[in-house]
Amino acid sequence: MTDTIVLDEPLDTFEEQALPATRVRGYWQSVFYRLRHDPVTLAFAAIVLLIVWAAIFAPLIAPFDPYKESIVGRLKPFGWRGHMLGTDELGRDMLTRLLYGGRVSLLMGVVPVLIASLIGGMLGVVGGFAGGRTNTAIMRMMDVFYAFPSVLLAVAIAGAMGGGMANGMLALTLVFIPPMCRVAETATTQIRSLDFIEAARATGARTTTIIRYHVLGNVLGPVFIYASSLISVSILLASGLSFLGLGVRPPIPDWGLMLSTLRQSIYVVPLVCALPGVAIFITSICCNLVSDGLRAAMGVRM
Amino acid sequence: MRTGLPLDPRDRGGLQQPMLIARDLRKHFPVKGSGKSVQAVDGVSFTVGKGETLGIVGESGCGKSTLARLLLHLVTPDRGELVFDGDAVGAPEGIAVGALRRQVQMVFQDSYSSLNPRMPVRDSVAFGPFVQGKKKDEARHIARDMLSRVGLDPSLFGPRYPHELSGGQKQRVNIARALATGPRMVILDEPVSALDKSVEAQVLNLLRALKRQFNLTYVFISHDLNVVQYISDRVLVMYLGRVVEIGPIDAIFERPLHPYTHALLASRPSMDPAKRIDEPPITGDPPNPIDPPSGCRFHTRCPFAEAVCEAADPVLGPWEGMQSHVAACHIHDPHSGHSRFGNA
Repeated sequence: MTDTIVLDEPLDTFEEQALPATRVRGYWQSVFYRLRHDPVTLAFAAIVLLIVWAAIFAPLIAPFDPYKESIVGRLKPFGWRGHMLGTDELGRDMLTRLLYGGRVSLLMGVVPVLIASLIGGMLGVVGGFAGGRTNTAIMRMMDVFYAFPSVLLAVAIAGAMGGGMANGMLALTLVFIPPMCRVAETATTQIRSLDFIEAARATGARTTTIIRYHVLGNVLGPVFIYASSLISVSILLASGLSFLGLGVRPPIPDWGLMLSTLRQSIYVVPLVCALPGVAIFITSICCNLVSDGLRAAMGVRM
Repeated sequence: MRTGLPLDPRDRGGLQQPMLIARDLRKHFPVKGSGKSVQAVDGVSFTVGKGETLGIVGESGCGKSTLARLLLHLVTPDRGELVFDGDAVGAPEGIAVGALRRQVQMVFQDSYSSLNPRMPVRDSVAFGPFVQGKKKDEARHIARDMLSRVGLDPSLFGPRYPHELSGGQKQRVNIARALATGPRMVILDEPVSALDKSVEAQVLNLLRALKRQFNLTYVFISHDLNVVQYISDRVLVMYLGRVVEIGPIDAIFERPLHPYTHALLASRPSMDPAKRIDEPPITGDPPNPIDPPSGCRFHTRCPFAEAVCEAADPVLGPWEGMQSHVAACHIHDPHSGHSRFGNA
């Protein structure tokens, strides 16, 4: 009466051909699938794209010349003679300067983070994969930078090298290298001890090949997510540097610098003076929320 | 003995020459700060004949996995020698480690962590041939072939990621990956321990079939005696980094020489409820491999331990009449002076 299960049956009879019901979907396909179903992230991403688009095409869409001053038209409120967002302390159009200012702010937000993720990521992967003394040397060096608060460090470096946009970006890059390095190192260390790296070594693959095919793909996610969350920090710090006179030099329009020069007029036209701050706030919070959405969609745990 | 098998073109010494000889392998891992070390593998010697399956059994932490990694030089031995088909591994006139890895591959226990989570499984399988000089197209072709040989439809499973496969399917991919480079010998480090029983049986049968098909030699590591009995020709029993007994499968299972092997066999759950054992045949944990007991390492748990067991290291020696089945135990050494000699 009893049914005996014969385990010596030909192969692929039991679980082999049982497949998940979903169709084959690659990693990035599934990330995009999850993103498509996340309206909040999509909305904020649209705002970020709009800001980027406005900054890139500022010369085409700006209603005025950003450097055109006017003695009579200083510190005028919203809507004064076609100046939709009013004018600043030298009579320049605020909307135009905000659009142009976005170029500098976004550049200073993205470039240092990009360079820092390349350098820091590379150092972290090398240190994490090599382990031992190489790793200790690299990570202790990074710890030296960690000893300072990031704002203080950026101010100190920018101050020591003098103002200007290039020096400001350099200072920010140096500030972001240690945390980038640490994220890459942690991800690499976690991967390194797994059996698939050992299996790759067992095929006789060289270390560079293993890093290229097996490590980078696994480290890229955390590094990318962390980098995207640093963009808003970078924008804030860059504005801070400009505010302190260590970043962009006048008369180049920059949100931080505009905030700094307009602050004396806060009692004259408070709404106009707050605009650069609003721009910084909206940009950085949107970047952050998009970064959060990406992290969720990519399934990266930090 | 296995004259029916065709000879591999890479074969050098003929069938009589062992595939692998390990001599006095040792690996101690230093423990930071204490100046002491974990004696994971301590003077292990054995041979693996061509076309045979050597089972390696022992409790958790006895050095089985370290031994497996030593055989592939994934962990460099402190001391000892490996001879692969007549060539000393790493010696100037012998075979280089890289060349060894073209002929020996490994299947790991954890089927999940042994596959790259960000790589479709066909790429994981193709990686070995690609690294060893095949063009990308050729490597992909080999991967497809290998996947179908382990019972997975390459067009269905190839593009999938490891998290989309079951444990048994992943382990099949791991086997395909190991075989993709065309090895002559495969080291299987607990390949079925993480699988449930029905899948385990399928994978074991698959391994047997592949062995015939590709004319392979296996080193099969497991803590499951039933599995080892099913698949092995010979068995090596390890205890705390040392070999305590080695011999043909039937001899070991019917006439174990070493008290430890005896206890291991007795600890198997009986299929017959009437023969259920209430007392564990062996109690306690194995001693700490950082400070192993002197003399015979098993003397702290051995029911027959005497003064000589604590004083002297037993030798794994061939005693008269049983060349192929030997144990490192004073009871079986006529010169040890153990009182139970001859009636164990």
